[in-house]
Order: sequence, then C-alpha cells, then structure tokens
Amino acid sequence: MTDQSHFVEIRHAQKSYGTLEVLKDISLNVERGQIVAIIGPSGSGKSTLLRAINDLDSLTGGEVWLDGVQVNKDLPHRQYEKHINAMRQDIGMVFQHFNLFPHLTARENVVMAPKMLKGLSKEAADKLAEEQLEKVGMLDRIDYYPSRLSGGQKQRVAIARALAMKPKLMLFDEATSALDPELVDEVNMVMKKLAEEHMTMIIVTHEMDFAASVCDRVLFMDQGVVVEEGPPEIVFRKPTKDRTREFLRKHLAGVA
Amino acid sequence: MGLDFTVVPAHIDIILLGCLWTIAIAVAAAVLSFFGGIVFAVIALYGPWIIRLPFRLLEWVFMGTPLLLQLFLIYFGLVQIGIDLPAFVAGIIGLGLHFAVYNSELIQTAILSVDKGQMEAARTVGLSRGQALRKVVIPQAVRDVIPPIGNNMIALLKDSALVSVIGVSELTLSAQRAIGATYRPFEFYLVAAAFYYVINLGMEWVQRRIERRISISR
Repeated sequence: MTDQSHFVEIRHAQKSYGTLEVLKDISLNVERGQIVAIIGPSGSGKSTLLRAINDLDSLTGGEVWLDGVQVNKDLPHRQYEKHINAMRQDIGMVFQHFNLFPHLTARENVVMAPKMLKGLSKEAADKLAEEQLEKVGMLDRIDYYPSRLSGGQKQRVAIARALAMKPKLMLFDEATSALDPELVDEVNMVMKKLAEEHMTMIIVTHEMDFAASVCDRVLFMDQGVVVEEGPPEIVFRKPTKDRTREFLRKHLAGVA
Repeated sequence: MGLDFTVVPAHIDIILLGCLWTIAIAVAAAVLSFFGGIVFAVIALYGPWIIRLPFRLLEWVFMGTPLLLQLFLIYFGLVQIGIDLPAFVAGIIGLGLHFAVYNSELIQTAILSVDKGQMEAARTVGLSRGQALRKVVIPQAVRDVIPPIGNNMIALLKDSALVSVIGVSELTLSAQRAIGATYRPFEFYLVAAAFYYVINLGMEWVQRRIERRISISR
C-alpha cells in the first residue's frame, strides 16, 4: 500500500472528537493539475477534510500523501514539526476570513515567509511581491495595510501570499463565503486564472456555479462521508443520490 | 517662615543630576520590563513545565511582595551569595523584573486574544510555531497592549523613587541631599515632584508617538 501513484492521495481518513465522528473513512485521489470541489451542508466535515490535508486538523486515522510523500507521517514530535513545516511550504491555503497579517503591508504579507524560510534577498523579495500581487491584480495596493483593503482585495492578497511559496497544491476553505456578493467575482477570477495555469486545487465552496464552471470533479459530503462524487455535470445535473438532490434543491432555492 | 524658592537655584545642579539618574534608571528598567514581559509571557504560555513551575514561583514573589523588599534582596541579599551588584544596576534589575511580571500578565492576555486564524495562516505558509509567535502573534499582541503597558511604565517611574533607599542618587535622594544642606524640605520636595511630573509628561509623549505610529497600520 505504500506505492503512491496519485498526486494527492487521502487514504481512509478518519477523524473523531471523542465519540463524535467527523470524518468516516474518506478516500480521495487528486491528479496533478486537477481541480476538485467539495460541497455539502455545514457540519458535513468538508472543512475538516481540507484542513487535514495540511494537518491543521490532525486525522485520528488514515494517511495523506502529496507527490509521493506522506504528509501526516508518524514521527517523534520534533522531527514531525520539521517535516510538517517543510510539507506546508508546498501546500498553499486560503481561508474564509483571509487571515492576512494586519500589522504588515500587502507586500510584507506576501514575502514574509519566503524571506524567512528561503532566505530571499531584498531585491528578490521585492520582485516576488510585485510578481505575485500583479497576478492577483493588487500591484497598485502593494504598500497598503490590510485595514485599508476591501474583503475581496484582502482575499486576493491572501492568495498571493499563499502563491509566493510556490506551492504544489492550493487549498481554498470557503474563500468567498465571507465576501459581499459584489466582491465574489474578483476572487473567482483569480481562482479561474490559477485553474488555467493548471494549479492543483481543492476547493471547499458554497458556490455551485463557480464549482460547476472550473472543477474537474465535485465531491458531495454529508455527515462525514462522501455521498456522491463525479464530474460537475453529473453531480449537479443528474445526481444519483437522494441526499445530493435534496441538498442541491435547498441550496439552489436558497440562492435564487 | 513661608516658602522660599530662592534657595533652589544654588542646588539645581544636584537636582538635575538626580533627574538624569531617574530617567536613566526608569528607561533602562522600562526596556527590561518590556522585553522581560514578552519573554515571561511566552514562557508562561508555551514553556515546558520544568521551566514554567520555578518561573511561577518567581512571578509570585515579584507580585506578592513589596518592591522595596525585592530591592533589598537584590542589593543586600545577593551580596551574601557573592553577587555584588552596583546599586543602580540592582535598582534597574529590581524595577525591571517587578514590572516585567505585570507586563507579562497583560501580554499573555493579549497573545491569547490574537485571532487563532493568525497562527494558522502563519503555520500554513511553513513557519514554525516559534517563528509564527515572533513574527505574527507577538507583534500584534504587543500592539494591543501598548496603552496599559504605558500605565505600568508611569507607575514604574514613580516607584523608581524607591531605589533611593539603596543609595542611588536619583531624584528623590538628590532632593533629600539638597534638603540636608538647606533645611528646606517643602521647597525641594515640591521641586522634585515637579520634575517627576515633567518626566512623566515626556513618557506620555513617547507613548502617544508609539501609539500613533502603530495606528497607521490599523
């Protein structure tokens, strides 16, 4: 079972808090360049699954592999810390509430980790910040503090911050859920651009339209299990499970 | 005999020298108490128990006993075990550690109230916990806590008068010396009080400047 053939591989992920089982034996493979959306009602375990991939939430059972390396290796504490810090450099993450560092400018947010961890020179760091902020259309706000940016702008800077580490995989945890409706598009545009560049992405989202338009595959989760999985045109148009149908009906009704 | 301030100018040099000592001791102790407070807070929150426990004891000593006694212990007590500190150094250490413990309490609360997402975001870009604390969490915690720490620093300045008892010629002791020469306690104590007030204004001004600089990034 140790040979690894998929880019991202989640094997029998299991997570419980005491007697509460949040993830019940979930397996998922993602190939290089693929984009997978995870949808489902709140409390379905979708965020927990996403956060298990970079071990922000540790699994109680199962394995996570990225590009041939096990993320949640069983190592003594000190060694594990070293290992996970290195792994996380390859896994970018974008949060619902942006979590930009408020005491740093957009530029400093982007280059802090590359400077500390990769020892970039000031010139290299400036170049990197400009490059990444340009990519998300925020070059004109490079020296702004987060408090002077809108939600959508903050999220774009947060994406640039994650990209600055040149990750192999990007995780999006409801990246547009906290945004005012008119600010959602600018963030979606950036994510679409990443999709065009074949970034491997796993996206937890409530936005069915967006998921349908960019994703190769959709996972519908409920109560800690994957209820249904497949290409978006199947999961959204012709779901086979009642629970999926019910969720989509409620959700789409709520949106409309 | 009413108040007669004409005796003051003849002794103003000793008073000014005392002011300089008071400022030097207060600033050095303030710096020590600030960085010491950060270190103490990190130990209290994240240190291994083997460091945390003796540290708790030390904290209890500094919070639960009079500062005057602590100064005596550091200046007169430590000599007995071979640590002979100059009086002003003992004063700085005593004041600095005493207020470091109070600052630590403030900083601990502030660290705990920094949004959990900040640590998470720092960890997801690959920073270790120590790096995340140093670069992300502590700078934000300290920022929140500048005004109450400023209050502690004003208390520190006032309590610096206590180091006169171990023979440091700071403002209070200088005033007493001038009084010894002139038998004019009211005048010189009032002059000393005025100088304390002026130094305090200076500290408040510094604090406001720091706060203003910080508020730009909010």
